[in-house]
Amino acid sequence: MSGTDNQLARVEFVMGMPVSIHLRGPAPEARRQAAMEAVFAHLRAVDRTFSTYRQDSEISRLARGELSVDACSPQVREVLDGCNQARIATGGYFDPMLPSAGGGRTLDPSGLVKGWAVERAARLLAELDREDYYLNAGGDIALRCARPDSPPWRIGIEDPRRTDRMIAILPLRTGGVATSGTAHRGAHISDPRTGSPATGLRSVTVTGPSLLWADVYATAAFARGRDAPDWLATLTGYASLVVREDGTLWSSTTMGRLLTEKRPTPSAA
Amino acid sequence: MRRIVMGILSTLSTLVLLFSYHTSTGAGASGPRTVASTPHIVRAPSGTASAPRGHATRAAPTTQVTVVDGGTSQTRWGPVQVEVTLSGGRITGVTALQQPDGNRRDVEINSRAILELRAQALAAQSAGIDGVSGATVTSGGYRESLQSALDAAHFG
Repeated sequence: MSGTDNQLARVEFVMGMPVSIHLRGPAPEARRQAAMEAVFAHLRAVDRTFSTYRQDSEISRLARGELSVDACSPQVREVLDGCNQARIATGGYFDPMLPSAGGGRTLDPSGLVKGWAVERAARLLAELDREDYYLNAGGDIALRCARPDSPPWRIGIEDPRRTDRMIAILPLRTGGVATSGTAHRGAHISDPRTGSPATGLRSVTVTGPSLLWADVYATAAFARGRDAPDWLATLTGYASLVVREDGTLWSSTTMGRLLTEKRPTPSAA
Repeated sequence: MRRIVMGILSTLSTLVLLFSYHTSTGAGASGPRTVASTPHIVRAPSGTASAPRGHATRAAPTTQVTVVDGGTSQTRWGPVQVEVTLSGGRITGVTALQQPDGNRRDVEINSRAILELRAQALAAQSAGIDGVSGATVTSGGYRESLQSALDAAHFG
């Protein structure tokens, strides 16, 4: 299937999710491999710092009060800063202080860490001159087309009602795509205000210049539920697509322009 | 088509189509199979005909069948030990055996799933899809995902 192009892919499992890298362009093999290795190494380092499953991670120690914010590394402080901005920008629907069993709240910035880490990882690929790339970390995608004559990356948006189908294909040359929903992991996004699982939507997809913000907006929108489209419509520079619980679709006007007519696919099964 | 380098005998270097395999244990199979890291012949042609089970074809009574244990290869579904049936110098069957874990038996490792994934990947490619954004896929779910098929299509 690689046919006439030199597209190269590699996948590793980091931060509990599959991380796929696709490269397309003139970069020498050795540089491509080095860049991909750097991406995986960076994500493993992020995991060591931020994993809430690791007792000894900086974030766990911070959550237990063993570390003060001032004593944390610059990366942690940068993420916490991002979480503050995200909370304000989303009216509280994105909040790193998540309800925990027992009625309290614990710090878990994982929702922002993912987009933040992947966006930083993508910069390592951007160092490959004239190389197109996309990086897909568990459904969050950062991408770039490096040359004017490169074709856009065509990113399929998974249909949450049937995950072997796409509801749309986005032709993209830069930026990020994030999808929040329940399709693969059950109800894992809660409304931070109530602690209860979010209802009303099957999935939200957001695309724009920053994967970090696409992810924040998609997560916050999903937590909002049914009235998310009203809020998504106010975002500047970010296009959104929503699948409601009843299976109907909503797209922002910016997304409407971006959407391409899906070419008919032969039925797969 | 992803090229799966098996390290089998050089005559089998064109083996790629795990997708077209089917169980073929051969009529004379008995006992547990050993895992070999290098390919070796399990059963050389004998005087008797032995058409692989599962074949709808009727082998000529004089067909000589060789069964080769193709060793273990890394695929995107994990380590796979492969057994290949040859007849007349051609591959007539491929069986993917699970890594023995104490429960040695032939299985059509996800053959249906593999065929479906392959069909999906081909459909995706005909629709020009390069990657997929969806709600977070766990490591376990990855193997059945379209993204995994799109990745495998471009492994070096």
